[in-house]
Amino acid sequence: MMADAVLSVEDLIVQYDTASGPARAVDRVSFTLGQGERLGLIGESGSGKTTMGTALMRLTRAPGRIVGGRVMLGGTDIMALSQRDLRAVRLRDIAMIPQGAMSSLNPVLRIRVQIEDAIHAHEGRLPKPEMAARIATLLTRVGLDPVVADRFPHELSGGMKQRTVMAIATALSPKVIVADEPTSALDVVVQRQVMQTLGRLQSGLGAAVVLIGHDMGLIAQFADTVGVMYAGRLVEIGPVAQMIAAPRHPYTRLLIDSLPGIDAKRRLTGIPGLPPRLTDMPPGCAFAPRCPLATASCTASIPALQTVASGHRAACHLYPGLPALPPLTAKAAP
Amino acid sequence: MTTPLIELRGVRQTYGAFTALDRLHLSLPDTAATLAIAGESGSGKTTLARIMLGFIKPSEGQVLYRGKDIATMTRTERFDFGREVQPIFQDPFNVFNPFYRVDHVLTTPLRKFGLASGADDARAKIEDALSRVGLRPKDTLGRFPHELSGGQRQRIMVARAVLLRPRLIVADEPVSMVDASLRATILDEIRDLNRDLGIAFVYITHDLTTAFQLCDDIVVLYQGRVAEAGAVEHVIGAPQHPYSQLLVSSIPLPDLSRRWGDDDMQADPAQAARTSAGCRFAPRCPQVMDRCWSADPTMTRPLPHRMLACHLDASAALQGNDVATVFSGQARPKAASASGQQGTKA
Repeated sequence: MMADAVLSVEDLIVQYDTASGPARAVDRVSFTLGQGERLGLIGESGSGKTTMGTALMRLTRAPGRIVGGRVMLGGTDIMALSQRDLRAVRLRDIAMIPQGAMSSLNPVLRIRVQIEDAIHAHEGRLPKPEMAARIATLLTRVGLDPVVADRFPHELSGGMKQRTVMAIATALSPKVIVADEPTSALDVVVQRQVMQTLGRLQSGLGAAVVLIGHDMGLIAQFADTVGVMYAGRLVEIGPVAQMIAAPRHPYTRLLIDSLPGIDAKRRLTGIPGLPPRLTDMPPGCAFAPRCPLATASCTASIPALQTVASGHRAACHLYPGLPALPPLTAKAAP
Repeated sequence: MTTPLIELRGVRQTYGAFTALDRLHLSLPDTAATLAIAGESGSGKTTLARIMLGFIKPSEGQVLYRGKDIATMTRTERFDFGREVQPIFQDPFNVFNPFYRVDHVLTTPLRKFGLASGADDARAKIEDALSRVGLRPKDTLGRFPHELSGGQRQRIMVARAVLLRPRLIVADEPVSMVDASLRATILDEIRDLNRDLGIAFVYITHDLTTAFQLCDDIVVLYQGRVAEAGAVEHVIGAPQHPYSQLLVSSIPLPDLSRRWGDDDMQADPAQAARTSAGCRFAPRCPQVMDRCWSADPTMTRPLPHRMLACHLDASAALQGNDVATVFSGQARPKAASASGQQGTKA
């Protein structure tokens, strides 16, 4: 574990008990997050990225269960806390900007009341002028006019609601912010504004951020470190520049290549096939059935994350045999 | 000049006091054209799609399909229009009836339009359409919607449209709910349909990267008006309207040499309501001038294949009826018309 890690996840396993058997949505994931670090966690639907985000706050709900591993927040093991201590930690030390933040506001309460709730729960009642000043500061910090405090959610645009949720999430200056697709329903210009606001907020607070998403472009614009999840497993993690210029895992490479650019028209190539069902995982590497470089060893054992360059790890049987990823041509659908 | 495939003349659509589309002139040549309609939510792009499909009759103006006003078409003409212009919707989940096998959405239109000469012919046509969109008929037919993934369901909707051998497909955000790795595949299949079957496409989207890859031309809408239009190489490659510039610079590219600047915090569109008779974009425009507040810009034509509504451009004004010549094949820049696998940048 890194000495300055604010968040450290060790062999975390989250399982859903389904009618067709247990599904491991998060399967032995480990990573650490340093102070002020921005980690982008990318994956397709069903890759376990949202399950991962909720597990970091121990917000996993039935039929999901955290069945193994630890989440260390500073020196505290979140898994070992009582419900009462856990409530104290949430928001104060680790806060979440949930997916669809637009619908996480209470439609019948003014914004002021919703921010006050968060502060009351942790710090008790504050004198009225102090509370009002605090709310104004929080709203200004996310680029909103303080008059927004007296509005109802339906009076705000999507971007403004998203900023409001950010103001609530950062009301107690948490050390870690988990943002789960915070801009998924927003237009491209508003998306950029909201991400820039999150960036300024993050650097102002010195907080670490886990940004969960499926858009490699968005993650690349924001993150220092990028982690790629596939079928519940972390398959590659490394510094953003290396992840984009020289990814080591074939899945990461194909994921980047599937993004259309605006420089030249080219053949658009997706990744043929579908991710496996979590209740029916293939033997060995989960990506092997879709991987153009798969060999017999890929189905024989699950590759472990191993260091491939400084601060860069990949879970692929190609390494340490090869110095870099050879060129790929996507194979036909299996 | 040949008759355009579809033409909008001075279309205006109001919902109560709100104007969703205003004074819209648009023309799609009958040459298997691919046109992207781009803009933010509230720009009127979905309204435009519904008008083109004949789902709603515009409050003002005309929609001409191969020279005929769709409002005054005969029953037979309207029936043919219904087959030749096909929609693909955004949500691949809600368009299916969960109680029917997916075959239902494929056999029904064939029967309604009398396109198959018997059960075997219908089967063959359906299998061909499914194969064209990368689905294996035997793994697809006979299944219920919940047994298929979102991407598979959306491909069935593309196959359904193709089955009717349309001249034009109007696709409203067809891949926005599909994962990135699948998005590219579906768009490539759509491009193949355009190339191999000569089907024209109107692709409605807020994503400029896919618009650039899929289409030859683009119309950028802002609050119900055309801000800028022309070849994608021009409008996305070198945008002239400050709004197009803002859209292009906000694209999150996975390219660290093109990081977003941290400079301009443009006002939220919802906070930037138009306050005067001026340009709709004035409240958000970084290059706003005095006249932008008082006069609405007229449409100009800085290049044969480009139109623009901005006071910054001093080119000659474009009359509504001239729009068809902007979008006609003759005006296209040469390199841009060479679409296809090895397409080049203008």
